[in-house]
Amino acid sequence: MSAGSVLVVGASAAGLATAEALRRKGFTGRLTLLDAEPHRPYDRPPLSKQYLAGDWDADRIRLRTSTVDDALVVGEAAVGLDAATRTVRTATRRTLTADAVVVATGLRPRTLPGRPDLAGVRVLRSLDDATALRAELAAARRVVVVGDGVLAAEIAATARRSGAEVTMAGPQPAPLADQLGPLAAGLLADLHTARGVRLRLGTAVAEVVADRGRATGVRLADGETLPADLVVVAIGALPATDWLAGSGLRIDDGVVCDERCVAAPGIYAAGDVARWYHPGLGRLVRLENRTNATEQGIAVAGAILGADRPYAPVPYMWTDQYDARIQVHGRPAADAEVTVTDGAVADGRFVAVYRHAGRPSAVLGWNMPRQARLRRADVAAAYAGESRPEGAR
Amino acid sequence: MKVLLDQDSCVASGQCVMAAPDVFDQRDEDGIAVLLDDTPGADAADGVRQAAAICPALAIAVQD
Ligand SMILES: Cc1cc2nc3c(=O)[nH]c(=O)nc-3n(C[C@H](O)[C@H](O)[C@H](O)COP(=O)(O)OP(=O)(O)OC[C@H]3O[C@@H](n4cnc5c(N)ncnc54)[C@H](O)[C@@H]3O)c2cc1C
Ligand code: SF4
Repeated sequence: MSAGSVLVVGASAAGLATAEALRRKGFTGRLTLLDAEPHRPYDRPPLSKQYLAGDWDADRIRLRTSTVDDALVVGEAAVGLDAATRTVRTATRRTLTADAVVVATGLRPRTLPGRPDLAGVRVLRSLDDATALRAELAAARRVVVVGDGVLAAEIAATARRSGAEVTMAGPQPAPLADQLGPLAAGLLADLHTARGVRLRLGTAVAEVVADRGRATGVRLADGETLPADLVVVAIGALPATDWLAGSGLRIDDGVVCDERCVAAPGIYAAGDVARWYHPGLGRLVRLENRTNATEQGIAVAGAILGADRPYAPVPYMWTDQYDARIQVHGRPAADAEVTVTDGAVADGRFVAVYRHAGRPSAVLGWNMPRQARLRRADVAAAYAGESRPEGAR
Repeated sequence: MKVLLDQDSCVASGQCVMAAPDVFDQRDEDGIAVLLDDTPGADAADGVRQAAAICPALAIAVQD
């Protein structure tokens, strides 16, 4: 199928990559790129790093839009979709119909139950979130970061730079333990501790405690209260699919798609919101990382233009915390067997290969990006369908 | 084709090297991208455009 008109909902990494790739590949039909946020497209990874730290300003994190400027409509949310007619309704009561509709609406942050309106409680997903958090961090003396995943760890690292007392609280034994396993998570715990972040891990956070509408701390499941004048909640995010209720699409932890990222005839999904069938892994997966957003966007553009190729990437993510740059090719399982293949843990530079049932399923580089990439080939087979390590989720 | 690389933005992902191995490499010590050839020929053009499109740090620009 080749479409005469395309409507992309969500103009961030995935949506913009789709639109740019359509134009690059010679699409000359009608193109609309719609986003709810009032800002021109910007990049999210720096929001917890250089932008939050104050090193970069908003101009520095703008995404490139020069080839799709004419298609961009910002500040207008999609509020409904009829998949059968490929018609999108917007908050300004417009209806937009296209031959192909791409869902690229990303995620919305999870919040702690109750009291979302308290002062001194912040989440981080958007530029406005980051701008508000940056201002409050500058004044905060005691910060509690609720969460123990990658975003929580990055926020804690950046918050520490402003000189505040920072505590990280979450249920895992160490930051990113589920994601990276005990070796890397243990090193991250040591790194945060050495930089003065207090880790109060291994216990879930029950609630934010407040006085007169302002957060004063968090209460842990074991009863202890950690005082804070700023609470940052980074406990994960959920696919932004509310607007797709009643659309006729299958929604189950994201927009469910086949191996060509097709959710229904003429409807595609890309980026953090897409849960597609990865043919190499033989199951539905949803990735929340920056390179997938771009690569899947490009794949969807190809599919719209008639390419008949399944989307089967080797997942890739990176995180920067203090002076550690960690990169992961593939999906490590926490219970995998881990072998250091290059460098040395004691030197703060190494590459580790994760194996499941003897087969490599992921490579982690710690301050060794080039060497980690060179080992990527060892895990590629696991994502091409030639072998399916049990733990490669 | 002229290729511009902003090493200050580069996050050392190596995507460019996978897309256009004759044009990009990474430094051994920190993985930051380096240009092997800033005016590559026509045979490398598709790979370079792909690299510019997938670079997660928007560190690569192409001028025709
Ligand atoms: C603070 C932060 C740091 C990160 N750091 C890293 C990192 O170091 N490495 C890494 O690999 N990944 C990182 N990520 C993840 C990465 O940014 C995401 O994977 C990427 O942004 C996903 O792109 P996307 O386009 O799918 O979704 P999003 O970037 O979430 O964009 C979705 C867009 O859709 C719009 N939208 C939502 N609902 C509607 C609607 N109803 N109508 C119209 N528009 C709508 C939103 O306004 C938004 O612009 C980070 C994310 C965050 C938030
Ligand atoms: S793709 Fe971009 S971020 Fe990755 S190594 Fe190349 S220039 Fe750097």
